[in-house]
Amino acid sequence: MKKTLNHKAWLFVVPVVLLVAFNAVIPLMTVVNYSVQETFGDNTFFWAGVMWFEQVLHSERFHASLGRQLIFTFTILAIEIPLGVAIALSMPRKGPWVSVCLVMMALPLLIPWNVVGSMWNIFALPDIGLMGYGLNALGFDYNFTRQPGDAWFTLIIMDVWHWTSLVVLLAYAGLVSIPDAYYQAAKIDGAKSWAIFRYIQLPKLKRVLTIAVLLRFMDSFMIYTEPFVLTGGGPGNSTTLLSIDLVKIALGQFDLGPAAAMSLIYFLIILLLSWIFYTLMMRNEAQ
Amino acid sequence: MARFSKLVPVLYIIFLMLPIYWLLNMSFKTTNEILGTFSLWPNEFTLENYRVIFTDPTWYMGYVNSLIYVSINTVLSVAVALPAAYAFSRYRFLGDKHLFFWLLTNRMAPPAVFALPFFQLYSAVGLFDTHIAVALAHTLFNIPLAVWILEGFMSGVPKELDETAYVDGYPFWRFFVKIFIPTVAAGIGVAAFFCFMFSWVELLLAKTLTAVDAKPIAATMTKTASSSGYELGLLAAAGSLTIVPGAFVIYFVRNYIAKGFALGRV
Repeated sequence: MKKTLNHKAWLFVVPVVLLVAFNAVIPLMTVVNYSVQETFGDNTFFWAGVMWFEQVLHSERFHASLGRQLIFTFTILAIEIPLGVAIALSMPRKGPWVSVCLVMMALPLLIPWNVVGSMWNIFALPDIGLMGYGLNALGFDYNFTRQPGDAWFTLIIMDVWHWTSLVVLLAYAGLVSIPDAYYQAAKIDGAKSWAIFRYIQLPKLKRVLTIAVLLRFMDSFMIYTEPFVLTGGGPGNSTTLLSIDLVKIALGQFDLGPAAAMSLIYFLIILLLSWIFYTLMMRNEAQ
Repeated sequence: MARFSKLVPVLYIIFLMLPIYWLLNMSFKTTNEILGTFSLWPNEFTLENYRVIFTDPTWYMGYVNSLIYVSINTVLSVAVALPAAYAFSRYRFLGDKHLFFWLLTNRMAPPAVFALPFFQLYSAVGLFDTHIAVALAHTLFNIPLAVWILEGFMSGVPKELDETAYVDGYPFWRFFVKIFIPTVAAGIGVAAFFCFMFSWVELLLAKTLTAVDAKPIAATMTKTASSSGYELGLLAAAGSLTIVPGAFVIYFVRNYIAKGFALGRV
């Protein structure tokens, strides 16, 4: 759609800008302030320059949680995106079951995140949980509170349970928007189902899948509550992702300087990667 | 092959329902039974856990508090997002693209980064432990989302609608309220649903900004889990009840939910 140039349109955005600025700019400035100052806990602050940034960027602890965060995010993306598309492809397009499917599938998305954590905790406990008890009965030595590998397995399957539906819903919306004529033409040409997927469905899914990757990337990179409730970052530090580490430093140890520097680095990483996805998406939209 | 592919959604839904079934199963058991035996259904079926929640104000007020700030947040976010989304979908103006991306960056801000500064900010303005504080804090990520969704839906409405109304002599606000808003009603419903959803499921900020008077149900649950031993049955019952509002609102937007997740862009 062609848009008209009208600078008075700013008046429409003023309320949004004011509200978001109150919430975003003031706290962000607080964080920036802390990140360049040193305090001894008596409300007096000293200029510290980029000391905290250097300290955080060189700390092994930060590298370790950033590494865990990247592994987590890319693992769940690698599972949830293909799985979501596969499920969307196998869903019925018409009929009474469509609504039932959509409502049931959307249900995990509306459960408070700490409840998701407790639910999986109860579900995975080796003595009283269905999954934990079941796996042990099948002969696996499974205990997510003791063994880091099991904790990771539980964390990832929990996230797959929680968020794959988002990809399913998006992919499904994309598939439904493909006109029947495309399929009829493909049928006349004698196209195999792989060819239909590759040349008709996948191009149509490109846009919704970019949104899915963007949303899943952002949200999984900020994940805090679910792993905190499920494993508390343990056993040891094995599932301490970035947010958990940050809250430990900021609210647990009250090390404001390092926490603020870490916050800014963390935020910049998300911004940079999201900006890449966003530019890709807008380029698709422009085409 | 075709028969197998019909099974995929069924298997997926079974996978989704298993943890929920286990939570419900636990919620009808006594704590002794939960810790003592492993059983697929309650042997001594009890409603005691639910009775505690519905009679103890520290429990049921948690739900009330959550619903209050979620509602305030939803109304506020959608109300201010409406004109903004209209501006983005219809006009070019100075810095529009940068402004849009800046709004989105707030959707990308990890709550963990903002927890402490929010606590200080809302304490400083005297709003700590009020419903308004949580509602305002959640607008940080809900306003950008609402603007994004509404902009998508509004861009689908042809511009001729605005022009016709203008030619017919409608003043702008009458056109906006009487004609335009009903046209994008589905988009407003979806945006409201998403604001509800993300405010309802968020815990970190809600917990940081409240102490007693506005404490959300999610925070009540974490406190109970740690303070009085580990009352799993009670925890399971409280958890089961938090699923109800979500299931309720989902039903209303079932036909639009996918379009909403696609931010109105399908």
